[in-house]
Amino acid sequence: MEDVFLLYARIAAYGFRRHSAYRAAALAGAFTNSVFGILRAYVLIALWQARPGLAGYDVTDAVTFCFLSQAFIGPMQVFGGGLQLAGRVRSGDVAVDLLRPASLQLWSLADDLGRAAYLFLLRSLPPTFLGAALFGIVVPAGPAAWAAFAASFTLGVLVSFALRYLTALSCFWIVDDQGVQSLSLVLTLFLSGMVLPLNLFPGWFGELTRTLPWAAMVQVPADVYLGKRDVLEALAFQISWAAALLALGALATRAARRKVVVQGG
Amino acid sequence: MIEVDRAGRSFTVGRGSARRTVHAVRDLSFTVGAGEFVGYLGPNGAGKSTTIKMLTGVLAPTSGRLRVAGLDPTRRRTALARRIGVVFGQRTTLWWDLPLKDSFQLIRYLYKVDRIDFRRRLDELAGLLDLGSFMDTPVRQLSLGQRMRGDVTAALLHDPAVLVLDEPTIGLDVVSKAAMRDFLRRLNAERGTTVLLTTHDLGDIEKLCRRVMLIDHGRLGFDGTLDELRATGPDGDSLEEVVARLYTGSAPGTPAPP
Ligand SMILES: Nc1ncnc2c1ncn2[C@@H]1O[C@H](COP(=O)(O)OP(=O)(O)O)[C@@H](O)[C@H]1O
Ligand SMILES: [Mg+2]
Repeated sequence: MEDVFLLYARIAAYGFRRHSAYRAAALAGAFTNSVFGILRAYVLIALWQARPGLAGYDVTDAVTFCFLSQAFIGPMQVFGGGLQLAGRVRSGDVAVDLLRPASLQLWSLADDLGRAAYLFLLRSLPPTFLGAALFGIVVPAGPAAWAAFAASFTLGVLVSFALRYLTALSCFWIVDDQGVQSLSLVLTLFLSGMVLPLNLFPGWFGELTRTLPWAAMVQVPADVYLGKRDVLEALAFQISWAAALLALGALATRAARRKVVVQGG
Repeated sequence: MIEVDRAGRSFTVGRGSARRTVHAVRDLSFTVGAGEFVGYLGPNGAGKSTTIKMLTGVLAPTSGRLRVAGLDPTRRRTALARRIGVVFGQRTTLWWDLPLKDSFQLIRYLYKVDRIDFRRRLDELAGLLDLGSFMDTPVRQLSLGQRMRGDVTAALLHDPAVLVLDEPTIGLDVVSKAAMRDFLRRLNAERGTTVLLTTHDLGDIEKLCRRVMLIDHGRLGFDGTLDELRATGPDGDSLEEVVARLYTGSAPGTPAPP
């Protein structure tokens, strides 16, 4: 048990190091995320000045939401990708991964958590501090609130991994995964709260978007940060989706093993 | 050590009316005993890699039965992985962005190799395969020959009883090739490791293999010693000519492709 933990901890550390080889890209990402954060903040400020209290947020809440969502882009890989798996399935290199006495899913997860930790440092902190300095943002009061946010953020990364893993696995069945990738991108952008807070969507549609797994990625951690949501209920929501999607990923991995099409010599 | 009993693997390719079934391997039977060194030959697309993927549990057979080191590869893949070593010459098990020695460390954790055994074995392999000068180099900067030596080391760190190699000498220069052959020969002779070797290089076969199996269109076309293989052709024919004749299916005893 301890061995197993140590193995995956090593793999996570490797994910962290692997990404640190691409520091320039991470810094460029941080810059882009910050600039877009500022642009979006102005749009949201205008919107909230016209309609104060919209979605249950005041202006500062809305600006905070904006910079938080920008900060989530890197670690939660909101624009998709982040896993090498899809490429390895396409090239057939996954045959080597399948040989290893380890779970493909846990392996990918550990690697992805290492990646997320690195991108948290390089791509989440800069836009958040910039937003705080330029506009002023909400700051959670006390260690309990911070701990709740840390848990919710980590669960957000987990759900994001689970969804991206399923997307990557689809390469086992379909040769050209571009359609799946773009569908997943659109769903993630709109249903996570990245483009607009989901609280803005009215009626049954809004209700639906707040129940789907993508909400666990941006909307829920942001609401936990802002203290807009019952913490236990929010974490339970995220845990349920993470568990369901990871279980689906495990089933899909097993199915892929049985009917794999591993390309090439 | 390896038992293959009427194993077959087919793939469905294409869609709609172009949909058809490719039989990569059909009705394949052979056994390999402990300590044997067997060459597995066949033209491109003959089904060699598919056989190896079935033997290692990466691919489930669509028919028949396989056992490697006493285990069913598909059902007991993880247990099997700890007993066999595999090298795919055209792919790497090493971590692209890590120094070579870090890849070995990860493999130690992965295969649960005891620290002291690991040290001893790595020192020995590093000596035999001359890895010393590039242990700290990231894998992406290694030459093909260096990477291949790293891959062979990685496959042997857990001291497997069986080593399966899919084209391990592909693209190597003569010096690297000779070093690799020398190493494999000693591994088999001194440690008694069972080796199944796929190659297009008949030099590998002549230098290393007592027994040769030849596969074509997914079927076993020949299984015997190197001398028996030579004897299928007229005296004075080179091994190359003999094998080429078997590949085209004109030699007696070779089932014609359907
Ligand atoms: N994943 C796959 N999907 C469809 N056909 C495949 C697949 N893998 C192998 N094949 C086919 O099976 C045959 C044998 O391939 P392979 O075992 O790679 O040959 P070899 O290694 O001897 O060159 C080839 O015709 C190849 O096209
Ligand atoms: Mg091959």
